Amino acid sequence: MKNSKDEKPKDMQQYWRSNLRIVAVLLCVWFVVAFCISIFFIEPLNNFSVGELGLGFWFAQQGSIFIFVLLVFAYAILMDRLDRKFDVDE
Amino acid sequence: MMLSNFSLLAAADPARVWTWSFVALTFAVYLYIGWRSRVQDSKGFYVAGQGVPAVANGAATAADWMSAASFIGMAGLISFKGSDGAVYLMGWTGGYVLLALLLAPYLRKFGHYTVPDFIAARYYSETARVVAAICAIFVSITYVAGQMKGVGIVFSRFLEVPLEIGVVIGMLIVGFFAVLGGMKGITWTQVVQYFVLILAFLIPSVAISGMLTDSFIPQIGFAASDISQKLNDVLVDLGEKEYTQPFNSFTQLNVFCITAALMFGTAGLPHVIVRFYTVKNVRAARYSAVWAIFFIAILYTTAPALGMFARYNLMKSMHNARIESITIESGGAPQVFSDSQAAEKERRRLVGEGISVFPIYALVSTEGEPLNWATQWQRTGLLKFDDLNNDGSISLKLIEHTGEDGQATVQSELANIDKDIIVLSTPEVAGLPPWVIALVAAGGLAAALSTAAGLLLVISSSLAHDLFVRFVTPKANEKQKLFIGRVAIVFGILVAGYFGIHPPGFVGEVVAFAFGLAAASFFPAIFLGIFFKRANRAGAVMGMIVGLVFTLAYIVMATSHKVLPMFFDGPLLTPDNFLLAGWFGIEQGISPQGIGAVGMLLNFIVTIAVSMVTPPPPQEVRDLVESVRIPRGSGAAADH
Repeated sequence: MKNSKDEKPKDMQQYWRSNLRIVAVLLCVWFVVAFCISIFFIEPLNNFSVGELGLGFWFAQQGSIFIFVLLVFAYAILMDRLDRKFDVDE
Repeated sequence: MMLSNFSLLAAADPARVWTWSFVALTFAVYLYIGWRSRVQDSKGFYVAGQGVPAVANGAATAADWMSAASFIGMAGLISFKGSDGAVYLMGWTGGYVLLALLLAPYLRKFGHYTVPDFIAARYYSETARVVAAICAIFVSITYVAGQMKGVGIVFSRFLEVPLEIGVVIGMLIVGFFAVLGGMKGITWTQVVQYFVLILAFLIPSVAISGMLTDSFIPQIGFAASDISQKLNDVLVDLGEKEYTQPFNSFTQLNVFCITAALMFGTAGLPHVIVRFYTVKNVRAARYSAVWAIFFIAILYTTAPALGMFARYNLMKSMHNARIESITIESGGAPQVFSDSQAAEKERRRLVGEGISVFPIYALVSTEGEPLNWATQWQRTGLLKFDDLNNDGSISLKLIEHTGEDGQATVQSELANIDKDIIVLSTPEVAGLPPWVIALVAAGGLAAALSTAAGLLLVISSSLAHDLFVRFVTPKANEKQKLFIGRVAIVFGILVAGYFGIHPPGFVGEVVAFAFGLAAASFFPAIFLGIFFKRANRAGAVMGMIVGLVFTLAYIVMATSHKVLPMFFDGPLLTPDNFLLAGWFGIEQGISPQGIGAVGMLLNFIVTIAVSMVTPPPPQEVRDLVESVRIPRGSGAAADH
């Protein structure tokens, strides 16, 4: 197994920081969708509607799941790019 | 005996012929695959030799993940909890995001067999391994118990045996598959099981959506049709609350806590994490996560639609149904009564003799359809009616009723409906053809079997690989290790079977307890292990113990009368004295389903605090953390 000291540590620090930034941004979206929209503010948001359903209710039972799929997909693509940029892909 | 039963009952119930055929056919396929890919070495047994493609691993992960709780339990719970049912939908899928972004790629890079392996290496401690292995065993057994009840319900309905016998049949079948296959057998079987269960879920959902709304796509029928409004109106009319109104079943605090506990628990579930060890490299781990959540989302976005449609259908077909006859079976020949009063008199007479019976109502809906499905389900004891006002029909209106003991309660004439029968009964309620009913039964079994097999493997690996081989018989050879693994599976099944017969709640709720335990024990240890280099042995061990003990104690105390009926008559904790009740004007404290979120918070605090006041981890461990953060080299890491 390689350890960090054999590689360029500075690059790897930058790689890790970019990784953390990607994860942090995606998890912010996750938090807003799951907790803010679907739990904390579900009642006021139910005054708006998606089709025949309240917006908050729709997000809690459908919309959030669609967004979760997109988040995992976005993560795989962004990390692919990052791995290539820092030459740590396989 | 089975054969004579088969031919005897076949004529009476075409659904049973189909069920037998589908169950036999799917089981034959699973058996064939298990046999083809049977394994002789322990690497194949635990991680399938790390050569599974991302799409296949995604489907297998999805099947592993979606258990009897997702298939049988969830839509039923949603259909009774309405808006608050979202805790299960978001909890399980949202947790998947955490798993995919925060844990899976790094654990794949680490590349060993089990979660306790990672904990032991990262926290340079065999004590940490033991604690993690014990946590894994508790989480997995709780989870398998939920599956066992699910399998038990399917068998009890379609073989017409009591629930207990159904659970025992389930134990035998699950055990047989798990002992035979190991991880490799399980992976390919699970790929097939995914397709069985998703078809079994989609076909009735699409059919019902087409029947009730203008669209055959349940997700569109759900949002675009007026069913939500109609259901709200019906419920309000019967004296209940609107379906789409939030916080009817749980308080807002509990919706938050349960969602959080399910999310972090999902991310910490050992049998799902283990899945990511079976792919080629870190990139494949990320993409298999994409495939898995895609496959999961197909079922998870359909379930709320099915839940709503099923509730509406159920209300419509049962409300004001006329009572055709009432049958009382008490050992001898069944007695048939035509009016409720005579039946009630006979029931009281038998109760007086110490014989407890429940009358089986034969009902005809207001549209003149005989409700045969209701008769069948009453035989399992999971559906009960009681014609309180003796007017010869079943009303779902909530009314005040004075019982034999003189106590007044608000109830309807639908005396009891177990929420776990909703999904299984939906095709019958909707009058779909018998082969659809059979397909749903086969799908429910596929869901329960695939998950139970994965979990039993974790129990087996924790007991055999992490505890027994290391501490009791370190010199065991491959053959002995496999033998110990299989004995451990049998042990796991027996314990899970006990809790399948004495479940602390509905399938979905029991499973929620398992997630709470996982959130409180594993998630912080793994997460901090990757993202917080300073986390050390003392911190992690203390954190896991505090999280697990706190959460387990709370759950057991709140369900003491159900899990240990021989010792307790009532729960030791009730909603009035749950955590936080009475603080800051909060009326209802945190329910046992959501307590894992608090346990996790405690675990985080203890781990970080203890780590900071004890010496930092050694250099090799910090190098290990550096190495799991970089994808390259995962193939090599897996070999040693």
